[in-house]
Amino acid sequence: MAVRKNQADLTATEKRNFVDAVLELKRSGRYDEFISTHNAFIIGDTDEGERTGHRSPSFLPWHRRFLLQFERALQSITPSVTLPYWDWTVDRSPRSSLWADDFLGGDGRSGDGRVTSGPFAFSGGKWPMNVRVDGRTFLRRSLGTGVRELPTRAEVDRVLAMSVYDAAPWNSSSDSFRNHLEGWRGPNLHNRVHVWVGGQMTTGASPNDPVFWLHHCFIDKLWADWQALHPGSGYLPTGDTPDVIDLHDTMKPWNDVTPADLLDHSAFYTYA
Amino acid sequence: MSRPTRRQVLHGSAAALAGAVLAAPVAFPGTAAARPVDGHRDSAGAGRTAGHEMPDPFDEIYEGRHIEGWPADDEGSHGGGRRGPGGGAEHRAGPAGPHEGMDFVVRIDNDDLHVMRNADGTWVSLVNHYETFGTPRALARAAVRELKGADLVPVVTG
Repeated sequence: MAVRKNQADLTATEKRNFVDAVLELKRSGRYDEFISTHNAFIIGDTDEGERTGHRSPSFLPWHRRFLLQFERALQSITPSVTLPYWDWTVDRSPRSSLWADDFLGGDGRSGDGRVTSGPFAFSGGKWPMNVRVDGRTFLRRSLGTGVRELPTRAEVDRVLAMSVYDAAPWNSSSDSFRNHLEGWRGPNLHNRVHVWVGGQMTTGASPNDPVFWLHHCFIDKLWADWQALHPGSGYLPTGDTPDVIDLHDTMKPWNDVTPADLLDHSAFYTYA
Repeated sequence: MSRPTRRQVLHGSAAALAGAVLAAPVAFPGTAAARPVDGHRDSAGAGRTAGHEMPDPFDEIYEGRHIEGWPADDEGSHGGGRRGPGGGAEHRAGPAGPHEGMDFVVRIDNDDLHVMRNADGTWVSLVNHYETFGTPRALARAAVRELKGADLVPVVTG
């Protein structure tokens, strides 16, 4: 059984294996398929129309499946690799070991935001921006400038306390756990972290920054934590909702998996 | 999930490619739908506004960039009809046109910026997708600040 660990607890070998597998996926072209898929859903998911990956109840199971696919791709390179998660309520500084040169590399430089150190720096030649929204071909970050503070543990706990998974109109205006975790309402958790990192993480092509996976792995863990807190609360809606993925509807792009199939993460991995 | 929409076709193409080698990324064409004639603007987007007023068109130079925006014409009635490689047919295999699902067109130095309206009437763009803006003009200005002089490029979604 795969065990997903806090990134702060990874050994030097685990960090190196993760980074090397990510770089190999990039070299082979497989990494960029994930960026393209994500960008397509960012563009296609709308509040008044069909919505699957974002701003909808299936935000959480969709990303759970997306991360599983990515993790399996990493494991096809190095079987021992699992996705780590970034608890940004604890590791909330640009000086965190997350941003060291032996892992994700550092903040972008002033001026153009270019990341200049670590395995994903443009100068290393191994991390080109092939799927992008503007002409810049280098990884950028601007830690803590788009918004000053990452969410706090108290803000996370306030959202975890919400007992209703999701609610009509099942979009970015819903008053629900899912929408408060996604960040369109309330203290703003998931969305705010994208803005805090800056660079490609603020765009539809956000998986260009490998921290995307660590951020979403923590969002996924918070869903599991919420389920443990509210064992009587289930995924909603459960049927006949136009434009929205109901409990037993299959999700694009896979078309063979439903939210119901993904509710129990322990079928696939556990969190350390 | 009733009738198929262009958006479903878009997602279908993503599905088809999800497991395939990305040999040749499919991009939106560099050209976009022609700007609607003035007479179209007042009624643009009617029926899809969810009770929110459509923002006014704008056209200005902001930090050295030409930003402009106007309510999107109703689908299918763009002058010239240049909507993408499939000519706007429902069954084309390629990605949606540059204004797919958009209520409002925003351009920076004549390049399209994909924007989207939220249910509460705020706006996001593909450049700043995780924060909301009160108007498309504010969104365009934020994109200019983010771009730091870089050009927008046709978006790969395949």
